Amino acid sequence: MAKKFLYINRKAPYGTIYALESLEVVLIGAAFEQDVSLAFIDDGVYQLTAGQDTAGAGMKNFSRTYKALGDFEINKLYVERESLEERGLTLDDLQQITWEDENEDYAEKPSIHLVGRAEMASLIASQDVVLSF
Amino acid sequence: MSTLHTVNKSPFERNALCTCFGHITAGDAVLMIEDGVIGARKGATTAAMVQAALQKGKVYALSSDLAARGIKPADVIDGIQLVDYGGFVDLVTQHGRTVSWL
Amino acid sequence: MLLGIVVNEGPYTHQASDTAYQFTKAALEKGHSIFRVFFYHDGVNNGTRLTVPPQDDRNLQKLWTELAEKYKLDLVVCVAAAQRRGILDADEAKRHGKDAANIAPGFRISGLGQLIEAGINAERLVTFGD
Repeated sequence: MAKKFLYINRKAPYGTIYALESLEVVLIGAAFEQDVSLAFIDDGVYQLTAGQDTAGAGMKNFSRTYKALGDFEINKLYVERESLEERGLTLDDLQQITWEDENEDYAEKPSIHLVGRAEMASLIASQDVVLSF
Repeated sequence: MSTLHTVNKSPFERNALCTCFGHITAGDAVLMIEDGVIGARKGATTAAMVQAALQKGKVYALSSDLAARGIKPADVIDGIQLVDYGGFVDLVTQHGRTVSWL
Repeated sequence: MLLGIVVNEGPYTHQASDTAYQFTKAALEKGHSIFRVFFYHDGVNNGTRLTVPPQDDRNLQKLWTELAEKYKLDLVVCVAAAQRRGILDADEAKRHGKDAANIAPGFRISGLGQLIEAGINAERLVTFGD
C-alpha cells in the first residue's frame, strides 16, 4: 500500500541548496508511486514565485521544474496562506502550476492549493512520512 | 497517532519554534534539541510562547543539550520535561511520525 | 521498531550529525533496528575518510564507521549530493576521471531512491539537519 509522503519546504530558493535538493528528492520519489504532497511554509513560499531571474546571481534557475511536477503526477502543492501574507505576497505572485486530469478528458486543474495554518497542521497530522527541507 | 515535532533552532535566531507551535495538533509533543533548548530557559522573552504551547501539548527538552549550554534543570520553564537520548528514541516510537522543524 | 535516519548536515559545523549519531546509537542499544542511515545535502561530508580532526575531539566519520561495523548498518551517501561536494568511491572517481576516491569504510554511495525506500520500509523516519 502506498504511504503518504509530505515534503515540507520552509526555505527560500538560492540562499541555500535545500529547495533544489528537495525538488530532486520529489522527482526521484515520483517513480515510487507513493501518495505525495508538498507543503510550502514560511520562506518556502518563495520557491514558487513567478518571474525568478537568476542570471545576475549566476545560479541555475530551477523554478520551471515546479511547473513540470504535474507530468510526474505530483499535483498536491499546499501553500500556507499565513506564510504568504506575512511576506506581503498573494497567490498572484506565484507561478501558475497545473496538471492534466486524465479521468476528466485531460482537463487542466490547478496544483497549488491555498490552505490556512490550521488546515496545514491537519495535513501534517495525516501523513506517514514527513521530510523537511 | 499524534506527532513528535523536533526543534533545533534558538527562537532568537529563527522562527522554527514559533512555526512548529503553529502546526501542532491535540496530543502532539514538541522536543527541543541542539540550540532549540535555548527556548526552554525560564525568563527568556520567548517563554510566554512556550507556556502557551504547554497548555496545548507536551514539551520536552534534551537534557544533554541543556547541560552543554549551561542551562540547569532548575532554569527550565515549569512543565517542560527533560529526556535523554533514550527518551528521545521513546518519543519517536510512541508517536506516529516525526517532523523536524529545521 | 524499524527506524530510518536522515542526516542533512556535515560534521562539526552543525550539531546535526552528532545528534543523529547519538540518537542512532541509543536506538540500537534499546534494541531497535535501523533500516538505513541516509546522508543528504552537506550530510554527505560525513562520509569522507580524509578528515583529520584534532586528537582531543571526536572523529564523527570514525564513530559512524564503527557503529556501522558493530551493528551492520547501511550508511548511504546520496550520489547526486556527493558528486556536487566531492565525495567519491572508486567507481565514481573512475567514471568522472578524478584521481582519487575518498569514501570512508562502512559508507556506500547510492541514489536518492534509497531515501524514499527508507521512508517506505522504516516504521519511523527521523531527520537531522539545519
